[in-house]
Amino acid sequence: MKINGLLMDDQDNVVTCVAEIRKGDQVVYLKDGKEETLEAKEDIPFCHKIALVDLPQDGEVVKYGELLGKTRETIEKGHWVSDRNIFSVPRDYELEFVKE
Amino acid sequence: MEFWGYKRKEGRAGLRNHVLILPTCACGSESARIVASQVRGAVNIVFNTGCSDVAANTAMSQKVLTGFACNPNVYGVVIIGLGCETVPHLELKAKIQKMTSKPVVSFGIQDEGGTLKTIEKAVRAAREMAAEAALQQKELCDISNLLLGIECGGSDATSGIASNPAVGELSDLLVDLGASTIMSESIEWIGAEHVLAKRAATPHIHNQIIQICKDYEAHLLAAGQDCRAGQPTPGNKAGGLSTLDEKSLGCIRKGGTRPIVEVLEQAERPSCQGAIVMDTAGYDISSVTSMVAGGCNAVIFTTGRGTPTGNAIVPVIKVTGNERTYQKMEDNIDVDVSAIVRGEKTFKECGKDMLQVI
Repeated sequence: MKINGLLMDDQDNVVTCVAEIRKGDQVVYLKDGKEETLEAKEDIPFCHKIALVDLPQDGEVVKYGELLGKTRETIEKGHWVSDRNIFSVPRDYELEFVKE
Repeated sequence: MEFWGYKRKEGRAGLRNHVLILPTCACGSESARIVASQVRGAVNIVFNTGCSDVAANTAMSQKVLTGFACNPNVYGVVIIGLGCETVPHLELKAKIQKMTSKPVVSFGIQDEGGTLKTIEKAVRAAREMAAEAALQQKELCDISNLLLGIECGGSDATSGIASNPAVGELSDLLVDLGASTIMSESIEWIGAEHVLAKRAATPHIHNQIIQICKDYEAHLLAAGQDCRAGQPTPGNKAGGLSTLDEKSLGCIRKGGTRPIVEVLEQAERPSCQGAIVMDTAGYDISSVTSMVAGGCNAVIFTTGRGTPTGNAIVPVIKVTGNERTYQKMEDNIDVDVSAIVRGEKTFKECGKDMLQVI
């Protein structure tokens, strides 16, 4: 099957769709060099993200192995993850300084 | 590795040999444009202030104007002032002459007796300078003369996946060959500053990067603003970038992976060679301006949704990983790396290909 999703890091819980996805389509992506598939439960626009697992409300959304933000509501597996249902978390800079 | 460029008495070599028509204030900007349009080999910049400004803004705009004049792509400078601007044209001329031995002349609209007389004199001076510039031959210059500004604008999810990693690879290759690169737009480090700081060559540079992000958020908060309100932009969101963090994590990849050897203020000239970052606004036009004032002689610019941003002084090379954008905006975009998104090429291969484009 043709790859239409990209998993950026093994830790990620979202996949970026690199084609227009219709509800019911299979999203195909590579993990550890092996093809994996996931059924889209709603339409996902080109370049947008789909949830790989059920994400609880206030749960962390991870891409590139890093935190993108948290969920405003529960996002079920196969659903569209976007600016409508996730938000950016303020940084705690004090914890990031190192000793000089 | 070498490239054909214009050697300068001081500093890096130029990739271009422009006569720069430089206004000292908004009142001189339109005359500067008219002069440049009359002279082959001349370019002008638009300056929309220079009068009735607070001291810190005046200091910054002077840094940018003198930085443009000293840019390696500039052969000589024709200044057009008014006469009553905050920093008079003769003072700006003297400042530039202290920094560089390039030819510099200046005219004041009030002294010359109006715009028509000023334009006539400035056109004659610029034509003479352009004729001298045309006699200068290109020579082979070592790649260490290249200071590449790295920019992104109109990002979408393909930026972080394709064009930014490919440009990051290009930056690594150039730094390994002895060239230098500058990545800017500090607001687009926020959410990824901890990842960027890991590239710092020293603990001090690590903390400088974190401090810039902390100060920026505090500065906005003091004005009752939130950096997460304007970022990501509506276009970024439509392009699949949901949070500032997601945008930043993609953005910082364009700077590559080599150790960061210096952190610059806006429009500041680097003092060392290698991978450098500059604290600038997160707005591509302002950020490119700052890097050109800092001495970049070329800029590489990634985009997802497509942007027309160029620069009068340096060539701006556009790269996209979005094949729809490349097809729609082919006139504005130089390199298509959408093969990465389709899985046909790796970002490393595309980065290597771009070395030849440079």
